[in-house]
Amino acid sequence: MSILIDKNTKILVQGLTGNTGSFHTEQALAYHGTKMVGGIHPKKGGEKWDGSVPLPIFSTVAEGKEKTGANASVVYVPPAGAAAAIIEAIDAEIPLIVCITEGIPVSDMIKVKARLDRSTSRLIGPNCPGIVTPDQCKIGIMPGNIFRKGSVGVVSRSGTLTYEAVFQTTNAGLGQSTAVGIGGDPVKGTEFIDMLEMFLADDETKSIIMIGEIGGSAEEDAAQFLIDEAKRGRKKPMAGFIAGRTAPEGRTMGHAGAVISGGKGGAEDKIAAMEAAGIRVSPSPARLGTTLVEAIKG
Amino acid sequence: MNIHEYQGKQLLKGFGAPVADGVPVFKIEEAEAAAKALPGPLYVVKSQIHAGGRGKGKFKELPADAKGGVRLAKSVDEVVAFAKEMLGNTLVTKQTGPAGKQVNRLYIEDGADIDRELYLSILVDRSVGRVAFVVSTEGGMDIEAVAHDTPEKIITVAIDPEKGVTADDLKALNGALKLSGEAAKDGESLFPILYKAFVDKDMSLLEVNPLIVMKDGRLRVLDAKVSFDNNALFRHADVLELRDTTEEDAKEIEASKYDLAYVALDGNIGCMVNGAGLAMATMDIIKLYGAEPANFLDVGGGASKEKVTAAFKIITADPAVKGILINIFGGIMKCDIIAEGVIAAVKEVGLKVPLVVRLEGTNAELGKKIINESGLNVVSADDLDDAAKKIVAAVKGN
Repeated sequence: MSILIDKNTKILVQGLTGNTGSFHTEQALAYHGTKMVGGIHPKKGGEKWDGSVPLPIFSTVAEGKEKTGANASVVYVPPAGAAAAIIEAIDAEIPLIVCITEGIPVSDMIKVKARLDRSTSRLIGPNCPGIVTPDQCKIGIMPGNIFRKGSVGVVSRSGTLTYEAVFQTTNAGLGQSTAVGIGGDPVKGTEFIDMLEMFLADDETKSIIMIGEIGGSAEEDAAQFLIDEAKRGRKKPMAGFIAGRTAPEGRTMGHAGAVISGGKGGAEDKIAAMEAAGIRVSPSPARLGTTLVEAIKG
Repeated sequence: MNIHEYQGKQLLKGFGAPVADGVPVFKIEEAEAAAKALPGPLYVVKSQIHAGGRGKGKFKELPADAKGGVRLAKSVDEVVAFAKEMLGNTLVTKQTGPAGKQVNRLYIEDGADIDRELYLSILVDRSVGRVAFVVSTEGGMDIEAVAHDTPEKIITVAIDPEKGVTADDLKALNGALKLSGEAAKDGESLFPILYKAFVDKDMSLLEVNPLIVMKDGRLRVLDAKVSFDNNALFRHADVLELRDTTEEDAKEIEASKYDLAYVALDGNIGCMVNGAGLAMATMDIIKLYGAEPANFLDVGGGASKEKVTAAFKIITADPAVKGILINIFGGIMKCDIIAEGVIAAVKEVGLKVPLVVRLEGTNAELGKKIINESGLNVVSADDLDDAAKKIVAAVKGN
């Protein structure tokens, strides 16, 4: 088992014909034959993609889904049009939508979130690196060569720190069940709690790494969720990290969501909440793997 | 992006919000005419800087018992006298840091008869993914202290994006602010106006502290702190025109030209990293090994050689920088591009401080090869831990 995606996941690409979309579609095809089934472009429907495999291009997501049986889409559309692309995928009832695009206006995401709440779709992102289930399927921009099939579930608000966690658990010999970057924006499709629920329910996931950062209260909410679940006997060894311990208040650190404001969203509160939930929090981003190994040993 | 109070008020006035008459002043000679254009007999002279706490702030150049950055004047002469004391001087508030900010603009405003001071802000409540009003009857003071000491006095009303501000929301807001009669009627028209301004202009924060009930029972927006969502500026040319670059760090302005996320900090180790989370984590690990980062710098995904070169130049232009750590975990970003950009920059501007480079991920081997064969004095690191140790040791050894 894995979560969200496996070797049977069929993926449409919204923004296939752009540089980023094309490059990462090639990377996905090269990654254990991830099933990329087509692209979407409103004006290029009926044409073929100019890549290593001549993928069909459809005018709409609905048409692409109908003709290919796709059950996922990945969005590389630039920020100004990305929200409309996500909404199109929601309307086409695509079960899993992964939005890589960075820099979408928050007000656009508020509209997306309202549509999402009334739908059956799950959105991962935006401003995220995507999802990888090792040796089966890769959606997004993560480098495939650092993964190894294994037992660690990785969930992170930060893209490149997801890579660190993956790389370090690979080096520790543990490997990953699935790794998910949920993205660094303040309004997003999926929060830590949703991912932790899936990892707790997944038999293949034996331990979990959760990487948060300053801003908001998603880590505190996740910690409370874990405490509640532990009372019901659901618990797995976990390691964690919070980026931004040294960040000054009131300055946005790259991610639109990474800002300490009004004394809220600071690293120390998050670390304390996570430790209270039994997560072993590493003080160093270079010791995610070794900290998880210690947590597993108990 | 932030704007000044007077710009925020002009913007809100355009949407129909009740604000006082006022005139911005850039030179001392303009103060008298500005005051004479207002009805009087009460005037408020307000320093325009991008920081809060102005009223309780102190001017560096004036005696310690001098008045603060927001002053009540009772005559045109007093307005002029205050303008002379304030313009060009440095105001230090709890939000400016000890260096303070030079006051280059004043706002002369018609005085108001205040009955009650309320707090109102609009922001994005990320826990529900909606725009929300945050209001309190305890306005005019430090709202963070209110939140800490009496959290029950702060009330949040989240707005359904598909319905806008509903009758129920208006009732909740008027109730929370204890508004009745004329003030409640004013509230019913003001709250949707503020919500519309927030949404139409893609604001990230609209703070009115205080919103006042005047002695005649009417509402007025007495202060306005407005910030915009940087990601949405592309569709608001009118907002971009309000930018005051003298309020921003020169290095941050240079970085923004290249679409680099850069924040100047107080330490001496310059950092260049891809990804905001890893960039913060790199700052954290430098601190963990006993040194301080000079900056946050995220070169982003898919950076070009030119962008990397620009980033390197911005870091080396900071005289506080005594060592540089480049930490790249390539995904979209290819390590060979980083290597080429760094080498091009070093050839152009030279390298006077130790440089430690850690490359991992996409094309890492190629990147390492380019660096190693460049003949430059660069220390390569095996992993993040090794990189942090090496740069801290190099800087402390100097």
